[in-house]
Amino acid sequence: MESNLITEDKQKNKLEKAFEILKTMASKPSGLIGLTIVLFHVILALISPYIAPYDYKAISPNTMLLAPSAEHWFGTDSLGRDVFTRTILGGRTALTVTFFGSLIALLWGGLLGIFCGLVGGKIDDVVMRVVDAFLSIPWILAMLLIVSLLGTSTEVLIPALGFFYGKGIVRVARAATHDVIAKDFIVSARARGHSNMSIIWNEIIPNVRDAILVEGAMRWSWMLLGFSSLSFLGFGVSPPTPDWGLMISNARGLMSFAYWSVIAPIVGLSSLIIGINLTADAFAKALGIDRSTKAPV
Amino acid sequence: MLLLILKRIGLGLITLFIVSLITFVGVEVLPGDACTTYLEREAYGAALDACIKRLGLDIPAYERYLDWASNVIRGDFGYSLSGEMPINEVLGPRVKNSLVLASVSILIGIPLAIVLGIITALWRDKFPDIMISTITIFSMTIPEFISATLLILIVAIWLGWLPGIVIIPSDATFYELLSNIILPVVAISMIMTAHMARMVRSSVIQVMASDYVQMAILKGVPYWKMVFRHVLPNALLPAINVVALTIAWLLGGVVVTEVVFNYPGLGRLVIESISNRDLPVVQALAIILASIYVGINLIADLMTLMLNPRLKSLQIRK
Repeated sequence: MESNLITEDKQKNKLEKAFEILKTMASKPSGLIGLTIVLFHVILALISPYIAPYDYKAISPNTMLLAPSAEHWFGTDSLGRDVFTRTILGGRTALTVTFFGSLIALLWGGLLGIFCGLVGGKIDDVVMRVVDAFLSIPWILAMLLIVSLLGTSTEVLIPALGFFYGKGIVRVARAATHDVIAKDFIVSARARGHSNMSIIWNEIIPNVRDAILVEGAMRWSWMLLGFSSLSFLGFGVSPPTPDWGLMISNARGLMSFAYWSVIAPIVGLSSLIIGINLTADAFAKALGIDRSTKAPV
Repeated sequence: MLLLILKRIGLGLITLFIVSLITFVGVEVLPGDACTTYLEREAYGAALDACIKRLGLDIPAYERYLDWASNVIRGDFGYSLSGEMPINEVLGPRVKNSLVLASVSILIGIPLAIVLGIITALWRDKFPDIMISTITIFSMTIPEFISATLLILIVAIWLGWLPGIVIIPSDATFYELLSNIILPVVAISMIMTAHMARMVRSSVIQVMASDYVQMAILKGVPYWKMVFRHVLPNALLPAINVVALTIAWLLGGVVVTEVVFNYPGLGRLVIESISNRDLPVVQALAIILASIYVGINLIADLMTLMLNPRLKSLQIRK
């Protein structure tokens, strides 16, 4: 009974802590703006299939390249598809792919980093060399190679993005583990005879979680950038899926007389990336981690 | 000191070796070999046999790797599949064009970033800082292809000041290049400058809060003398490494920018060779781009070592 009470108390504390962090994040204008933008995009992504006024893949020769009007708020594209519909649906693809990609990146990068930091020695050396080597292949080349050989379905894109954006997290998790591992409470846990697994789970993860989460939030925005660049180059999701990168690249050739079909996805994608960035920055500040001196690797 | 430099160079070479293994194994493991992916539907019978013979795919993979690696060390990347010409000939002009684009961007970007970083740090949270910082956040978060597209839309289409896309052959002369690269340079250096300016800003702010700067203020050192003598040398040193990483990271962004502006550099070659499924060229590009990355980092490491007396003595004592 007593132990039950304690866990309940802990749970409540966790919720309170999360709420506190949110409050700190929203207390500054930049954090508030970021949170609002991200929230707006998430809600829009959830409800967009129900509020979209047209079919996103309905092609019609009668409605080609119409300027914005009461029927077509953002105009139509070169195939006569409604730009408003495609823009609000575009966020779904971007958010789903990058959310699951970041999750995969966090999991494998975080765990491998903690493992390397804990074990040290030869294994650590070898793993870090390989991670360094992967870091020095430009992401775009590696992603393009994988995608061109395996195809451009989301089942390929999500693990590929998750894998490639996780290697930076390995470094952060490893460094954070190194900071923690020399502390007294780890030594005493060892002295108490705890197993490695128990030390990782109960002592290390709670202490490196913040650093890894902040890094993950940052990776999310870079992954979104990478994913939309791939789509823009024609190696992301395949048409007619509504996707911002793809829409921009399709509409680009005609923008001298139909600029609306390129402006709408640009506003969508830029606002989401800026929103995620501001949120990640506010998140880092709320947790007391300064990441302004880090390079974008 | 010399030992340390040699060790850094050795580590860089090991990294490059692993990169070559990764790209080679990657191409081996992923479905389809160079011939079947290149020939696609025509991959059967005599054409396939001839291609396999020509590329030597019938000999074991490790032998092929050794062969390929020893040729690469001698500076020979083999033949491209689609152009049927030596990869070195394909690469040469492209490397030059990309170098021109990158170095002009860096020459404009780094001084601008330092000035902006110092201004924002010295006027922290005042009007210049808020304005410049807002602009830098925008320009570093917006993807390259969006800022490039907007540049074309506004400067080339709406204002009509400059040509929107670059239409020059890959072997254009230096002067032909210079007049064509204004918009690509603006697109690339915008992002690079923003990243570096943020970095310089936080570095200067950190140094300004340190004890020796407080001491200098208390001693009555004039403000600007203090800034130039005490703050800047100490603030810019740690920035070198980050600048190197930022430049290396931009290699990916340069690919996109080159595609948007139709610029005949390495970046467009990446896209072309992957669209053509020309795996030998892709392998060569991976090695070259990774060497640039490793090289830039190595130079930055050595520069920090040479400029920082504390690190030097620390390493010797070790």
